[in-house]
Formats: sequence, structure tokens, C-alpha cells
Amino acid sequence: MSERILTVEDLRVDLPVPAGTLHAVRGVSFHVDRGETLCIVGESGCGKTLTALAVMDLLPARARRTAGCLEFAGRNLLRIGEREMSDIRGAQMAMIFQDPMTSLNPAYSIGNQLQEALLRHRAVTRRQARERAVHLLERVGITAAASRLKQYPHQLSGGLRQRVMIAMALMTSPSLILADEPTTALDVTIQTQILHLLADLQRELDMGLVLITHDLGIVARVATRVVVMYAGEVVEAGPASAIFAAPAHPYTRGLIACIPVPGRTQRGEKLGTIPGMVPSLIGTRVGCHFASRCPHAADACIRANIALEDACSGHPVRCIRHCEIAGILPAHGPEAVA
Amino acid sequence: MTTAPGAGPEAPLLEAYGVSRTFRVSTGVLRSKRMLQAVDGVSLAIRRGEVVGLVGESGCGKTTLARILLGLLPPTEGEIRLTGKAISTLPRRTVAGLVQPVFQDPYSSLNPRKSIGSIIGLPLRVEGGGNAPKRRTQVEEMMERVGLSRHLYDNYPSQLSGGQRQRVAIARALINRPQVVICDEPTSALDVSVQSQILNLLQELRRDLGLTYLLISHNLAVVDHMATRVAVMYLGRIVEEAGTDALFQAPKHPYTQALLASVLTPEPGLGVPDTHLGAAYPNPLDVPAGCRFHPRCVHVMERCRSESPQRCPERGGFVECHLYNNKEHARSIVRAD
Repeated sequence: MSERILTVEDLRVDLPVPAGTLHAVRGVSFHVDRGETLCIVGESGCGKTLTALAVMDLLPARARRTAGCLEFAGRNLLRIGEREMSDIRGAQMAMIFQDPMTSLNPAYSIGNQLQEALLRHRAVTRRQARERAVHLLERVGITAAASRLKQYPHQLSGGLRQRVMIAMALMTSPSLILADEPTTALDVTIQTQILHLLADLQRELDMGLVLITHDLGIVARVATRVVVMYAGEVVEAGPASAIFAAPAHPYTRGLIACIPVPGRTQRGEKLGTIPGMVPSLIGTRVGCHFASRCPHAADACIRANIALEDACSGHPVRCIRHCEIAGILPAHGPEAVA
Repeated sequence: MTTAPGAGPEAPLLEAYGVSRTFRVSTGVLRSKRMLQAVDGVSLAIRRGEVVGLVGESGCGKTTLARILLGLLPPTEGEIRLTGKAISTLPRRTVAGLVQPVFQDPYSSLNPRKSIGSIIGLPLRVEGGGNAPKRRTQVEEMMERVGLSRHLYDNYPSQLSGGQRQRVAIARALINRPQVVICDEPTSALDVSVQSQILNLLQELRRDLGLTYLLISHNLAVVDHMATRVAVMYLGRIVEEAGTDALFQAPKHPYTQALLASVLTPEPGLGVPDTHLGAAYPNPLDVPAGCRFHPRCVHVMERCRSESPQRCPERGGFVECHLYNNKEHARSIVRAD
């Protein structure tokens, strides 16, 4: 049993908006062990990015975070002050942001930004910091790394900036990395290299990795465990092999049916779709959030809130009908075709 | 070999014939301008009813080629032929009536100050046919055709979701009934559940309206699903072209092989493949000598470093690689893989 690095229980993020309170994250629980990769899957607006920001304590000022438990490497993050948190952040726990255009500072050279966290958190000389920066830039596949240090973000392409972001998160060899769509903007060839690099470093440093993505291909290939989020809630969680072999929640099943897979889907055949839209997250609502889009929705689904249960799936699912659905449909059924 | 333009029973609907495009780029203050060859001697024929997939890494010249094919950017060399006639000799409106684009980002490709009805109806107003009520009916019919409610006619792009905006872009492209639609990464900015809706819509429209597509995408699973033929582009050149089945089942060019190997299908337990591509994508300002793929190629030979490969006909398409100039050697390589 490897060491637990992060425990999150009943995490909630509320944002005040003109129409009321937007409950963006609604009681999310998960944990990460050293050396494992947890993938958080979901579509835009499901709360996956805010979940990561809440763990890092980097939420926008107006957002309110509450949690039953938020523990990192044995320390209660709910009880520590901003000074202690900033000693952890960037040193032991780092984040790779989704948008490299806005998360790099345009006024500083990338060498400066790469070395900043290392010089702030570790007793190293400038020369050592520079050497580590060059080493990591090379490992993320950037050529002429030494000369890049003097460049500014605007001189780099989007793909290069994204790789600089990844190198930056790795500078201090943190024990946990939260990566928010780290390869979405990159070419597939670079994507495989970055995923290899993350896996190598994870092994070397026995690092925990939380990978936030909407790409089920990546999830299947790298995840130890998967958390599927919908409308701010965890709707299904379990080992990657189980989720892909027998997806239990209608939303997970729908997502898997949506993607074309060479060799599995027929050319030109109709792909599965999930009709309708994500419901508004403002205010409270009773019942299953997915019911309005679910092909299996029944009256009972909207009468009361649905708990995570694992009656028939072997892993937690937030669906009262998942036993029936598993009984009547094959694992990769066409049920979501509208 | 490329057939001469206009040859055969029916000329290709849209054809690039030996097209090149260079840009002068600044490499810094006080430094001389350098020439960037974005597209280099590309010939590509798109026949009626086909869906031609164009794949390659960012910076390979896909979008530049698309802009040239749309007639938005003149080529420095070569010619674009539309229904057998040189595009440079055709009036702008004739070209726009036959070829239309759908762009990647529906957040920036729609004017935020114009209503949905006005955006979709603009090509009709430019054409000048009919009167205002008649145009409105046409726009509303097209909106329903692409799955947008008529009620959205007076709404603005900011009130729409990403998927709805991409439907607006598709409606605008189709309102004048073009024959070819050039889709540049039409679903890359969308969520997976919305992507499948847009792909289904594009298939349906193609069947019902008899459209021909050029589909530019870096998502090879999408290209496999949609395309009938695929062209693979690398540093400004098309290095392999073949029917979709042939290309996906037995890719010939080492670059195509690496690209296909990097597709991550949702199959747990397979891990992340090693594509052996090693070095990063080269700087397009500094194209390698000989075969431009040789610094990253696992099968690199001596002649690849100095001599540019010729097109070798393969299975109705072609591959541009020295391995296939020497048939015996090529067979052993394919077997070894």
C-alpha cells in the first residue's frame, strides 16, 4: 500500500453570481496515492478545473471553499495560513495550467519564471537553478534550451509555451502535480512525448499525479483510477479498467459512445450523442442532475438526491437505475444515439 | 504522378496544382528578412463527393493550403483550379459561391455585434437575390436544417453555446449552396459530446446536399471516421496520400506510421505508445536538406540526407519516401513492422 498524498472529502466551491449562488463543485471526494495517476474526466463547466484550483487554494477571491477534509501529505490544508500554503504550493504541490497564453508572465523571461520557484523554495545557487531549467526544457522536447531561457513568452509558439509550463511545474520535483488539460493544445506526437515524460518523472520521484482531461483516449492509457464529473458532482469513480470495460453511469456510457475509435466505429456511421445541455448550477436542485438528458430517466430520478452506490458495478456510481441498465444493455450499447 | 489538369472524364472539383507559398518573415530587429516556405509544391485533387482528410502537425502548412484553396491567399507558384478553371481568372463571387469555409474557433469566427440571422444571411445579401422576407425564410430554413431553432434568429453569438455557434458557422457556409466546404479543425474547440453532434451533422448534410469536404484535423480518429481519402502533410509537402482504409491499415511513410501510432484509443492497459519520433518538429525556417523528415526518421539512410525523394505511386495514391524507390527494401521494412 503506497502512501496517501492527497485526501479530499466533500469539497464544495460556491461562486456568488447576480442570480444567486453558483454551486460549481458539489461535494467532491477523492484521494491520490504516491506514484498513481488519478484522471478527472468531464466536459466544460463540470467543475474539474475549480476542483484543482480549490486544492491549490488558488480560487478567485469571490469563491468560497468548504470541505470535510483536505489533507496533503498529512497536513490539514483547511487549517493552515497563507504563508504556510505558499511554502507548499510550487514546492511540494504544483499545477500545470490549461492556458499557457495567460498563465505565463509576459514581462519576465521564461528562464526567470522557470527558476523562480526553485530559488524561492530550495537552497540552490542561480547556476544550479539554471542547469535544472535547461535540463527540464530539454526533457520536454525543446531544442536549443539554453538560448530559450532569455526569450519571453510572446516569442514562443503555443506548443512551446505549454511545454515551458510543464517544465516549470517540475522544477522543484513536487510530490503532487495537478495537471489541467496539459496536452490539449499540443499535437498528438508531442502529446505522447509529454505523457511519457510525466510517467517517467512520476516513477523517478514517486509523485502523485492528478490529470484533468476530457480526452478519454488519454484517460484509458494513463489513469490508475478515474473520477467522472458531471455538473459539479462525481457521478462515477473507479479503476480505469473497470470504467472502460463496464461504464455504469449513463453519462459515462454516453461519453464513451460519442468518440470515434478507428477499428471500432464504422466509417460514417452515426456517433452517439448526449442531447440537451448541462443544467444551470445556480441554486439547489433535487434529484439527478443528468436526468434531463438521460435516456433512462424515471420519476424516481428527480424525486430525491441520488447517492453514490456500488450495488452492481463494483465501483461507486451515482445512478439509481444502473443495475437495471447494466442488465438490459451491453457495456458499449447504442442507447445514447439520439 | 499528377494528371494534367482537366484530364479524365471529369475534372476534379477543386485542385491544387504544384502550389507553393512563401512568406517573408522577420527574425529580429536589424536582421534580414527570411523566406518561410509554408507550402512547397503541393498537388491535391478533390473530386465530387469525396471527403479528403488533411492531417499533419501544427506548422506543417495545412491552414495556409486551406486559405489558398479558398482563394483567400494567392499562391507564389502553381495554380488552383475550380471545376477545371484557374481560380485566379474567376470572379470572387463565383469562387465564394462554390467553395466555403468552416473555421476552428466558433468564438472568434462570428462577429459578436451581428445577430445570428444577419450572420447567416450575409452571403445572401452579397449575392443580392430575392427580397428581405424571402431571404429571412431561406435563413430560417437553413437554421432548421443545421439543428438551430428559428427563435435564435435575433440572438447574438455570445448567447449561444460552442456547439450552437459552430452550427451557425456551418449554416453560413451552406446558405448559398456551395459544392465544396473546407472545414479547418471544425470540432477541435468543442466538447466530445458536442463534437459527435457536429460530425453527425456534417455527414448528414453531405449526404442530403451532395457536398464535398476537405477536412483538416489533427484528430486522426475524426479523420478516420469521416474521410474517404487522406493526405498527410509534413513541413509544407504532402508526403503520403491514400484511401482511408489503406492509409490506416498499412501506412507507408515512416511519418504516417508515427502519426498513427500516436493515436490514443480508449483502450485501457495499452499504455502510451513510443512513436520513436525523437527530435522535436523542425523549424520551418530551416528545412532539413534531402528528405525533410530525415532527422526524425527511424529508417533514415545515407541518400535521405542529401537527395529529395520522388513521388512513388502506391495503391491509387502515392508516398514520397526513398524506401519505396527501392521496392525490395521497402517490402522488408513493411514486413519488419
